[in-house]
Amino acid sequence: MGMGLHDSQVSNPVLRWIDQRLPVITMIQKEYGVFPTPRNFNYFWNFGALAMINLMIMIATGIFLAMNYTPHTAYAFDSVERIMRDVHFGWLIRYVHMNGASMFFVVVYVHIWRGLYYGSYKAPRELLWMLGVVIFLLMMATAFMGYVLPWGQMSFWGATVITNLFSAIPVVGPTIVTYLWGGFSVDNPTLNRFFSLHYLLPFVIVGVVFLHVAALHITGSNNPLGIEPKGPQDTLPFHPYYTIKDSVGIVVYLAVFAALVFFAPNYLGHADNYIPANPLVTPAHIVPEWYFLPFYAILRAVPDKLGGVVLMGGAIIVLFFLPWLDTSKVRSMRFRPITRIIFLLWTVNFFVLTWVGGKPAEQPYVLISQICTMFYFVYFLVVLPMMGRFEVVMKLPESISRAVLGAKASLGGGPIPGTAAAKPMEKA
Amino acid sequence: MADSVASHTTTGSTPGVTKRDFLQLTTTAFAAVGVGAIAWPFIGSLAPSKDVLALASTEVDISPIAVGQSVTVMWRGKPVFVRHRTAEEIAAARAVPLSELKDPAPDQSRIRRDPWLVVVGVCTHLGCVPLGQKSTDAKGDYNGWFCPCHGSHYDTSARIRKGPAPTNLEVPDYSFMSDRSIRIG
Amino acid sequence: MRLLKAFALSAALFASAPALAAGGAPPPPNANFSFNSLFGTIDRASAQRGFQVYKEVCSACHAMRQLSYRNLMDLGLTEAQVREIAATFTVTDGPNDEGQMFERPGRVPDRFRRPFPNEQAARSANNGAYPPDLSVMTKARNDGANYLHALLTGYADPPAGMTMMDGMNYNRWFPGFQIAMPNVLNEDQIEYADGTKATVDQMARDVTTFLAWAAEPEMETRRAMGVKVLIFLTILGGLTYAVKRKVWADVKH
Repeated sequence: MGMGLHDSQVSNPVLRWIDQRLPVITMIQKEYGVFPTPRNFNYFWNFGALAMINLMIMIATGIFLAMNYTPHTAYAFDSVERIMRDVHFGWLIRYVHMNGASMFFVVVYVHIWRGLYYGSYKAPRELLWMLGVVIFLLMMATAFMGYVLPWGQMSFWGATVITNLFSAIPVVGPTIVTYLWGGFSVDNPTLNRFFSLHYLLPFVIVGVVFLHVAALHITGSNNPLGIEPKGPQDTLPFHPYYTIKDSVGIVVYLAVFAALVFFAPNYLGHADNYIPANPLVTPAHIVPEWYFLPFYAILRAVPDKLGGVVLMGGAIIVLFFLPWLDTSKVRSMRFRPITRIIFLLWTVNFFVLTWVGGKPAEQPYVLISQICTMFYFVYFLVVLPMMGRFEVVMKLPESISRAVLGAKASLGGGPIPGTAAAKPMEKA
Repeated sequence: MADSVASHTTTGSTPGVTKRDFLQLTTTAFAAVGVGAIAWPFIGSLAPSKDVLALASTEVDISPIAVGQSVTVMWRGKPVFVRHRTAEEIAAARAVPLSELKDPAPDQSRIRRDPWLVVVGVCTHLGCVPLGQKSTDAKGDYNGWFCPCHGSHYDTSARIRKGPAPTNLEVPDYSFMSDRSIRIG
Repeated sequence: MRLLKAFALSAALFASAPALAAGGAPPPPNANFSFNSLFGTIDRASAQRGFQVYKEVCSACHAMRQLSYRNLMDLGLTEAQVREIAATFTVTDGPNDEGQMFERPGRVPDRFRRPFPNEQAARSANNGAYPPDLSVMTKARNDGANYLHALLTGYADPPAGMTMMDGMNYNRWFPGFQIAMPNVLNEDQIEYADGTKATVDQMARDVTTFLAWAAEPEMETRRAMGVKVLIFLTILGGLTYAVKRKVWADVKH
């Protein structure tokens, strides 16, 4: 072993030669092989891996769709129909991509919900959480621009309404909108740049996901108890325990995905998007895709243009400040009896926002959306800061292994497999 | 990763362990089939699509082509030369002994019906379009076609006679629908 | 686990909300189309008759720009039949060597002939109304097949007291009840080759079946493949879960 070569433990000589010079195999071993992972994950901890798989599916199908798609207002709709009819398996690739967007948001919403419930955003994982919010924002932008590409009625009017949000910005708003459009309405230049950015942003997401995972591997994972592992008895090596547990989740997820793609591919879409875009006729009832509905409801709750836009943006921006808004020392809601109930109500509230976002902007829906918007923010801005001070929390278990195994563990009740791994890694 | 699988599956020698090995093998095999199946539609989508295949035949009206004239028609995105050959050209093509040819083929094997010669106008060297369709074009040393890219000379039967091209200009699949028209593809 | 189930359930409930929200017209009655069930297929004979209805009635005003004559082979017609059908249409091709557009009989790869060269021409010939393209019509309306069937059989005299706008027709299932398209289907106006009696309901049913096929030509392939994929994933899921149980067997968690 020469100076400066990595001290590789790989036995295969070819792989060792590589690993000595570029220790990717050692890194994979360390990060996904022996990586010490809390032993008490439930199935909510599958959703990070699911999101990763979903991102890969979207990029793969997207690249193949782009080989047949034409980003021009005169051809976009027809080129999508050609994919559906004439390209071999084109319908499959397109339906997977289309429903994949919905699946991605389902998975990421559950992933975010898990973080909120078990306090995964709290110190020392604040930056990990914030990177996650950045990914969420990038996903929203990507999904929005992707929905424009088939150039149906909903594409066109969705693009018109959403880009017009920026016109609410005082003074420079109208100029920003003109620059977004590359003209004086949503038109061919808009479609062209949306296609370009829709292709680019997923790779930006890949980059931020890499940072998200890197940050995760510095702090280690949170767990349902919200207490840090105290030693090897509290963890299991990631492989095989969590590779196999994630695999179970992946197969279930793929089955749900397949059911949607093969038997109800247009269920989550809008019929209007099979009508080619017509700049002269707005559909009677325009709503965004379901995953934007909660935020759309917040937008419409305010009878003021700028106010609505600010609140909608604020609904996401507030997540960046969450690690500091929640002042409680306890992470998991399991030990926060009052906040837990309020958070579950907040969850219901989020569903109500989703529902009301799809309703016409008339009473009683407007009132409901106003109440729900209020509650959405009150939870973050009032409940969480106050509860940290006043809530009487339940007693935390001494350690993960104690909670899992009962008192016997500390008495040395036999060897625990897979405890060879040490503390969460320190990043090289 | 592989090491840790091994270390976990080979601890102890209880019967359950071999069962797990077999189960794992079956599951891995299944998963591998699944991943292979996922690749299939992606690769399949690269093949010519149905609309492209549907346009794979072209009909040509040959009645306006006078003796000694050629037309170039588009077939599958490539030029096809349709030549109404003169009696001298045909005679010249048939007079050549096969032993002189780089890619031996009698002229009769390259036509469907006299006096028509139909060939794909793509040089078999590296895909350029040879000259010789217009009366003002250089026709090469053998009075047929000449590829300006790397200097391949084709004769009046569009056979390679000189230059780097390995084979004669390809004869596409075509048929006479009547005396006046042919269908290529 | 309990939380996960609750979450999944409520997600499923709420996901249906946007689909139900759109509308504005009475929901059409269920016409029990074979293809509307989960594993249903297209009734070929009905779809072929439906093509005849489209060709003889609808195509006077409605284009189907996404379809080509060759697609009819997927509907069970032979290539010779399709060639014959295509040849009955005159299509514009060109430019020729003189730079002129010219007309020729249709060929198998040609797209369905459009009744009007553009939207403006269509509007001017139809009293300002634009007969929409029918290529993906069953996907472009909520509950599309049932809606189309209801619409085609839903013409009636306007109820007393309703003032109809000039040139509009009353239809029970059209949003707003006033539709520019007149009632075009009349008893026995078509002679079906297979001897089926051409009642209004039969013609509406046939043409809707044809349009459903035209909108989703991949439907049957898709469902068949879906069954295979789900069976495969069920087995793989069972195997994976068994391995998971084995791996975790010696760990208390």
